[in-house]
Amino acid sequence: MTDTFRPEADRDTAPAGLRAERVTRCADGRLILDGVGLAPRPGSTVGLLGPNGSGKSTLLRLLAGLLTPTAGIVTLDGTPLADLPRRTVARRLAVVEQQADTQVALTVLDVVRLGRVPHRRAFAPASADDERAVRDALARTGLTDRADQPWHTLSGGERQRVQIARALAQEPRELLLDEPTNHLDIRHQLALLTLVAGLPLTTVVALHDLNLAAMHCDRVVVLSGGRVVAAGPVGEVLTERLIADVYGVRAAVDREGAEGRPHVRFLGTVD
Amino acid sequence: MSPRGLALGAAGALALVLSLAAAVTVGPADIRVGDVWSVVAARLGLGTSDLTPVRDGIVWQLRLPRALLAAVCGAGLAVCGAVMQSLLRNPLADPFVLGVSSGASTGAVAVVVLGAGGGAVSLSAGAFVGALVSFALVLLLSHILGGTTDRVVLAGVAAMQLFSALTSFIVLTTADAETTRGVLFWLLGSLGGAGWTDVWLCAAVLAVTLAVCLAHARTLDAFAFGPDAAAALGVFVARTRLVLLCATALLTAALVSSAGAIGFVGLVLPHAARALAGSGHTRLLPAAGLAGAVFMVWADTLARTVLDPQEVPVGVVTSLIGVPAFVLVLYRTRGAR
Repeated sequence: MTDTFRPEADRDTAPAGLRAERVTRCADGRLILDGVGLAPRPGSTVGLLGPNGSGKSTLLRLLAGLLTPTAGIVTLDGTPLADLPRRTVARRLAVVEQQADTQVALTVLDVVRLGRVPHRRAFAPASADDERAVRDALARTGLTDRADQPWHTLSGGERQRVQIARALAQEPRELLLDEPTNHLDIRHQLALLTLVAGLPLTTVVALHDLNLAAMHCDRVVVLSGGRVVAAGPVGEVLTERLIADVYGVRAAVDREGAEGRPHVRFLGTVD
Repeated sequence: MSPRGLALGAAGALALVLSLAAAVTVGPADIRVGDVWSVVAARLGLGTSDLTPVRDGIVWQLRLPRALLAAVCGAGLAVCGAVMQSLLRNPLADPFVLGVSSGASTGAVAVVVLGAGGGAVSLSAGAFVGALVSFALVLLLSHILGGTTDRVVLAGVAAMQLFSALTSFIVLTTADAETTRGVLFWLLGSLGGAGWTDVWLCAAVLAVTLAVCLAHARTLDAFAFGPDAAAALGVFVARTRLVLLCATALLTAALVSSAGAIGFVGLVLPHAARALAGSGHTRLLPAAGLAGAVFMVWADTLARTVLDPQEVPVGVVTSLIGVPAFVLVLYRTRGAR
């Protein structure tokens, strides 16, 4: 178990920000995560890769404090997440799910304002800070003109952008996204990840698409069977060998992406 | 609060006061709105009433408590419905989904028909105990079944069926025709026995529950995208759910034990209130309360006058008006889903 623990960032910056140490999670007697470590460098974008069932979503939920680890610990600036009040965590750390939907009739503005819930006390009206945070979040995501549009009239890509605006309204320093580009067309996938990678936040994003990860992430962590099998700068980690081992897919990896980033061509399954 | 919200609230409060005053004047004995004011003023020590003791009694002992209890019941059921629909993320949730009304029915029937409690326990007390027993069973069942919101609804439906069957069994095997009629009237909901004790008790429980729910208004907003999204926004989901379910169950139990199981108000009025005031709970909850109160005052006025001198159970009226109103509200908001 110890050999799979590979903190991602430099050890001297480790206590700042979000950090998972040797987290293990069992559910119904099945081991889903096995001694995983993750310490994203503040301000960086970390891609979480791995096939279905490798534990990406579970790791994100542990990092968000929505699940508690069976063993190991998740800390925020050195304090165990479990010792912090939920509201305090929600002011530091925001989550964007794969696909959010609601039966409630809400406008874009209503949804973005939900991001202020952890900042407001019961019965208190919205403060100037609340209004400013909501305005900034709308501006940053290019939604200012659409504040009054009903949620149910938005496309999948627009909905995800609204969810990111809601997350920004929380004014977090850490942003966790679980396959946010699922169900989006390619244009919206690129636009969304460009937006996310350009945010001045520590971002951990689970992704299926290796090329999207290669284009937008500073570093990647590859999970397989609940263990970290590789972690590091995207150019070092994404190799033909790793893709064959983890995904069971033959691929050709070249360096023809922007800034010499790797580009993956899939050739077929490994048989 | 926005100017539009304030205007809406003021209009609702005015409509409620006027409806109450109007409802008291309707009935076999001829009473004018002015008489109502003077009786109320006299009771509050703000003047004297020149009405005969009989007419004074009709206003103060019969019609006023009845109209007020109608308002409190309508407001309470609508607020409970609004909270439960948001909390359980189910547009069909209503105060009775937790099995409260069917448990209350069984409790009431057990007292009336079987003489449980040896005459020391009133029908209301029996209903209250039955309601709480049923709610406890639903909580226990939903906990055993996994504790998710859909499990709460399913456990509620199961409890509803169980207690309805028990009620029917007790009535059919032991009651005579006269008792059956009395029980049936209560099961369908009736404000006929309203007295000041009922009004004060229900109003107090309503005030406490409303305060608790309003304190959780923004927490309820956070449930729009589901319990996980709420948790990620800093909401302590399990605790919030338990607090609000218990508060609404207690209020429903108090209302049902005074007025019987009045159907449909808790289901329909929250939808109407959403169409008027939007989905934000800071505005939705007061709007649902006011709409429910006004609706119920008029429903009860109709119930006691339409077949005068005979009385129709108010639950029959709420459903007869409620179903077309429900269809209309859903039709007008069909694009929004």
